[in-house]
Amino acid sequence: MEAVLQVKNLSKTFARKGRPDVRAVEGVSFSLLKGECLGIIGESGSGKTTLVNMITRLLDSDDGQILLNGKDITRARGRELREAYREMQMIFQSPAESFDPRRTLGDGIGESLRNSGMAAGQVRQKTAELLQTCGLTDGFAGRFPHEVSGGQCQRAAIARALAIDPSVLICDEATSALDVTIQQEILHLLNDLRRQKKDSLSILFICHDIALVQQFCDRVLVMYQGRIVEEGLPDDVIRSPRHPYTQRLIDSIL
Amino acid sequence: MNRMSTDPRKTDHPTVRPQKIRKNTVRTRLIFFSLLALLLLLGSLFSEQLAPYDPYLQDLSNAKAAPSAAHLLGTDRYGRDMLSRVIAGSRASIFSTLLLVAVIAAAGTLIGVFCGWNGKRADTILMRISDIFLAFPGLVFAMAVAGVLGGGLHNAVIALALISWPKYARIARSQTLAQKESAYLKAARLAGCSTWQILCRHLFPNILGPILVTAMLDIGTMMMELSALSFLGLGARPPIAEWGSMMSDARGLMTTSPWITFAPGLAIFLSVMIFNLLGDTIRDYADPRSRQ
Ligand SMILES: Nc1ncnc2c1ncn2[C@@H]1O[C@H](COP(=O)(O)OP(=O)(O)OP(=O)(O)O)[C@@H](O)[C@H]1O
Ligand SMILES: [Mg+2]
Repeated sequence: MEAVLQVKNLSKTFARKGRPDVRAVEGVSFSLLKGECLGIIGESGSGKTTLVNMITRLLDSDDGQILLNGKDITRARGRELREAYREMQMIFQSPAESFDPRRTLGDGIGESLRNSGMAAGQVRQKTAELLQTCGLTDGFAGRFPHEVSGGQCQRAAIARALAIDPSVLICDEATSALDVTIQQEILHLLNDLRRQKKDSLSILFICHDIALVQQFCDRVLVMYQGRIVEEGLPDDVIRSPRHPYTQRLIDSIL
Repeated sequence: MNRMSTDPRKTDHPTVRPQKIRKNTVRTRLIFFSLLALLLLLGSLFSEQLAPYDPYLQDLSNAKAAPSAAHLLGTDRYGRDMLSRVIAGSRASIFSTLLLVAVIAAAGTLIGVFCGWNGKRADTILMRISDIFLAFPGLVFAMAVAGVLGGGLHNAVIALALISWPKYARIARSQTLAQKESAYLKAARLAGCSTWQILCRHLFPNILGPILVTAMLDIGTMMMELSALSFLGLGARPPIAEWGSMMSDARGLMTTSPWITFAPGLAIFLSVMIFNLLGDTIRDYADPRSRQ
């Protein structure tokens, strides 16, 4: 299978004045295959957000390489990076904070389309379609982030991420801020999208709940203190964990 | 036990209504002071049409005349009509002040956003410079600068601008730092916005509130400082009708013809008060606790 996203030996150390450095991510390598859903689990502080921020280039990496569809974007800037964002999108951990408080949800969803030069009328129509796909009425386009619930806001965030039809979708704990029933609804939505898009959408699913990963992912990486300590099919990892941390993670939910 | 007494919904009710009332009074105050400020602005805009006499027309036979029906605020030592001079002076005082505040707010904000966004060396250097300006008492420094530049209304405005931008730079910088790492700016970057677009479309509208409020509150202060510089002979110079210099010009006649000092003094007092109260009201209005 062809890899859409390859990460090689990625590292990040945060230097702090007067205190020891934090080695947030250390030599992480993996490939996200075409049409695959790859889960990454790890406890709080294991470096998951740091890792995806480096992949999306919101944070500079110290070392390593990122290949998106075979193209090296490790040091991409400006126009080159904006090109990369047409292939790669992210859903943020806290949906409400990921929308500009002074702009409507519709404005946020259509932003990438407008930036790519689409005409205003077309953007409006596409935004309405996207909202429908994500299970919202098109009336939500005119609402402000503080006027919708967390679940609705996350649906809008998914609509925004899908707007320019990316081939890689990164979900950084996209369901953690939601309560359990809403979590399931969002997962159903993501599952529907996967079924619809088939091989044209690959998902990197960051999570700290191994049960969700088992339900949703084809393959899973276990991250612990900035390193990947285990990799495999979710069922295999759960049945016979090799790393003591994975064992503890599984014990904690069983 | 009566559990209802601790029910939060019970205690919620009485607090909602005063808030509503407060909100309404804030809105009426806002409309009231906005109208007054607008009136002042229109007055200074049409000062030539409004003034009953030519403010520069001397009539030595009618000098230092006390207020009467013909000259409502009396005449000065050259027999010029005080009411006309006060009205004409509003242009110099109010327009220069508004221009001054607009310029320092814009410049300070640009500098502050630049520092907060980029950080590093430029930030350190610019903030140390602003510390130097903030460490001095403003008016004293402005006097020194205006003295070096050599007086005149333009130079007084420049002097005040030079010493007043750091306040805005500080506010804009801290607001920028607070917003910089927020998720919505990252989302905007992922949506393909360039840094420039992120600043203009997203960051700027979100930090504008506190800057606007500060600017409104500053109008009164700046008006006073500009008049003070003129009073000290470092701003507008006679015969130009400007409130501060008019007061200074007449201060020797304080005991014999007090109205010549009194008229421009009252004008300064009233307009400073109106703009200060307007600023206060806008601050109250912008305060999220008075919303909803
Ligand atoms: N800007 C920063 N400066 C210093 N240390 C940081 C910074 N960002 C993250 N860290 C540290 O790096 C480590 C990894 O953080 P990260 O946010 O990637 O964890 P995470 O796995 O996403 O956790 P969570 O599940 O709580 O979101 C943590 O120890 C954190 O304290
Ligand atoms: Mg995280």
